[in-house]
Amino acid sequence: MTTTVSATAALALGDDALVLSHRLGEWAGHAPVLEEEVALANIALDLLGQARVLLSTAGDEDELAYLREERAFRNLQLVEQPNGDFAHTIARQLYFSTYQHLLYAGLAATDGPFADLAAKAVKEVAYHRDHAEQWTLRLGDGTETGHERMQRACTALWRFTGEMFQPVDGLDVDLAGMETAWLESVRAVLHRATLTVPEGPRTGAWSAGAGRQGVHTESFGRMLAEMQHLHRSHPGASW
Amino acid sequence: MVTTTTALESALLEIAGSVPDPELPVLTLQELGVLRAVHVRGAESVEVELTPTYTGCPAIEAMSLDIERVLHAHGMRDVTVRTVLRPAWSTDDITAEGRRKLREFGIAPPRVREASGPVPVSLGPTRTLEPVPCPHCGSTDTELLSRFSSTACKALRRCLACREPFDHFKEL
Repeated sequence: MTTTVSATAALALGDDALVLSHRLGEWAGHAPVLEEEVALANIALDLLGQARVLLSTAGDEDELAYLREERAFRNLQLVEQPNGDFAHTIARQLYFSTYQHLLYAGLAATDGPFADLAAKAVKEVAYHRDHAEQWTLRLGDGTETGHERMQRACTALWRFTGEMFQPVDGLDVDLAGMETAWLESVRAVLHRATLTVPEGPRTGAWSAGAGRQGVHTESFGRMLAEMQHLHRSHPGASW
Repeated sequence: MVTTTTALESALLEIAGSVPDPELPVLTLQELGVLRAVHVRGAESVEVELTPTYTGCPAIEAMSLDIERVLHAHGMRDVTVRTVLRPAWSTDDITAEGRRKLREFGIAPPRVREASGPVPVSLGPTRTLEPVPCPHCGSTDTELLSRFSSTACKALRRCLACREPFDHFKEL
């Protein structure tokens, strides 16, 4: 009855959740309104909970989070992208939450090692996705400034979205079907938000994405330095 | 393996279930629906199955400690609290008494849904669920302020009749 958990897949999904959780946590004290500060922190907490379960199946959660070097992380490059302005954070969340929602829904339907977590987390992520979609509509179909910024963000992050559908060892889901559903959903939201669906490449030359292979973008090292420095400076410390 | 619940296990389940929720002390763990089972493993040894409301809910550690404490006090020397994820907790697991206490405490209880599973993501303001009545004045003329409130399990709403803001334990 025990299923062998693929450490590769657990690290990939766990690192996605951990890194995005940390990025969202950076908004604490900086969000445009109090309600959004609370919302982003709540989404970060959900992701952190998921990361803890996933990383614990791959090894010691603290060692994995705090003592790995940049090249050992397997998260998507999308989730490590800096917060930018609020529109940028929302575009990142729209792309990722749509993906994660489809992924967990797929995994929940399997009898694989991630089914239990996925069945639980898919309900949490439904709220993240809804939150991102509603903000995309509000910013895209709002003021001229909001529209411009939302368009800029959607376009800038587009090249990071192809990586989500590359195969990962131990991840038994229909990635091609997920990609079709993702494109359909994101396009529909952008249309409704009066935004233009970006036309740039999502895979191949001029696209980005080798996070799953441990290749990360420039800002990720700085993020890790901040995330890890306390644990590294005071090994074994507890509250 | 077929397991049956013994009288001792039922009694211990009731004791563990009487522990108040650390964040919403008006509710017990039994009313919140997070306590899954108690298995007696030996003369003074017991294993408790607890499920989190949200995967990242920080209250789960306090709940575990409280359960250990109360079962120790009832003569169980060796208490293990295990976190289980399946089947996933749903707000439908909150008992009728739990809902009543939430409302009395000023938190709009979650609406009971016909089908379990993920909340359907719909675009636009129209929602299929019935309106959320204000826990203070009972008016159904309320609006959503934020999908996330003081904790992940609540949304922030405002009553347009009595003008009071209130928390809504949102459906999961």
